[in-house]
Amino acid sequence: MIEWINSIVQGVLTGGLYALFATGLAIIFGVMRLINITHGDLIVLAAFVAMVIIETTGLNPFLSMLAVLPIMFVFGYFLQRGILNFTLGDDLLPPLLVTFGLSIVIQNVLLQIFSADSQRLKVGSIETTSLHLTNNLAVGVFPLIIFVTAVVLIIILQYIFNSTDIGRAFRATSDDPTTAQLMGINNKHIFGLAMGVAMVLVGIAGVFLAIRTNFDPSIGPSRLLYAFEAVIMGGMGSLWGTLAGGIILGVAQNIGAKLDPGWQILAGHIAFLIVLIFRPRGLFPRTFDE
Amino acid sequence: MSLLSVRNLSAFYGDYQALFGIDFTLMQGETVAIIGANAAGKSTFLRAITGLVNTRSDKFNYQGNPLDGSAASKIVEMGIAMVPEGRRLFPSLSVEDNLKIGAYSGRAGKWTLQRVYEMFPKLRERSEVSGTSLSGGEQQMVAIGRALMANPDLLLCDELSLGLAPIIIKDIYDALPAIKAEGVSLLVVEQDINQALAIADRFYCFQEGRITLSGSPEDSSKANIATAYFGRSQ
Repeated sequence: MIEWINSIVQGVLTGGLYALFATGLAIIFGVMRLINITHGDLIVLAAFVAMVIIETTGLNPFLSMLAVLPIMFVFGYFLQRGILNFTLGDDLLPPLLVTFGLSIVIQNVLLQIFSADSQRLKVGSIETTSLHLTNNLAVGVFPLIIFVTAVVLIIILQYIFNSTDIGRAFRATSDDPTTAQLMGINNKHIFGLAMGVAMVLVGIAGVFLAIRTNFDPSIGPSRLLYAFEAVIMGGMGSLWGTLAGGIILGVAQNIGAKLDPGWQILAGHIAFLIVLIFRPRGLFPRTFDE
Repeated sequence: MSLLSVRNLSAFYGDYQALFGIDFTLMQGETVAIIGANAAGKSTFLRAITGLVNTRSDKFNYQGNPLDGSAASKIVEMGIAMVPEGRRLFPSLSVEDNLKIGAYSGRAGKWTLQRVYEMFPKLRERSEVSGTSLSGGEQQMVAIGRALMANPDLLLCDELSLGLAPIIIKDIYDALPAIKAEGVSLLVVEQDINQALAIADRFYCFQEGRITLSGSPEDSSKANIATAYFGRSQ
């Protein structure tokens, strides 16, 4: 029995990482109505940016975020203003095609610069330190840090979206971009800021991913898949729903692995399909519609 | 003093020309009505002022500054706010957040949340509900309040009476003199001729993208207005 409880607890913690993957995607979809196929590759890009900063400066991976996050924010802002804003409109196809192309470009550039070798960021003993909840149940400190970070970030984002001028501007622009302009809102700038915020989340996810597991230029698409599944299960733009979606995915994968190690990934996809069958619009209303 | 000064303005939706050679003036403190049937170009003229359609003109100035080519988001900073046709409240925002977003440009002035609630007390009672859950009249109050929160010198009102019961229309129009008394000039687009002319110092009648008549309501006969409005005597 305790082994099953252990699987569920570990799954919940894994869900925190998936929620981090997915939160940026939820913001991009919620504010810009943009389906970002390159999201997983941007997470991997952030991991490589962190790696370069750590190798150059000798910083601890956690401290490297002080540089990674501003870099990702600026990169996101200009990616949106320089390329993605031009793809937005009534037709969903242009952003899909452009971000698919960007995904290929990023993968190949990373491959060219860093090769296909597997990389990992090291943070020392914290990677293997555990907290014993009972004699038979322990949780890793680092997975717990990731989960708590995801929860804290969602609380902060909810506050920004619900209670600040910029959050109201995000939601108004998402509702009706033309009328938002009549309020003095510069949509292009707002979309740039939203992408910048999403890229900060991508930066955090990228660093945590790189500490938790090996990474190389080719792993972006599978991260995109987990992020998509978490966002869709959560309700296509609900931040708390995205956390719930990530947790369902993580728990399903861990239970699948418990049944048979080969079923880990498949179990997550089956859980996704079950949620879609019973709640095709996701589990929670969108944050941007509240 | 001339607030809005337009000479030979044309407006375009892509290749389609919607306005032809519009000459228009609005003085500081005036209430000017634009009347006309459906598709006469009234709303397009407001969209031209707010930078939402492409324009070409010999002169298109607001307070002496050119409007031609200004981004829609900059127009609010210049002191022009709009109550759009159909209210266009933001569904994901509460009534209060809809009002607050009106102040996004940060223009200082007399209009605050408190002042808007004093003008429309019903909105204070329903400040936390979604703007789109209100009745049509209440939604119109939010739309007017939202525009006032931008502290405009010129308020553009597009079809305030659209889809509202007569008694609600009266309530809405009763608010306009108080707004004007605060020094806000008004440009009111309206299909309801009687309603528009009752509050206007001057009017312009549009038909098929052109001005067919202008003047003060007192100086224009009903027959002339009907001809300008419909294109033939009624």
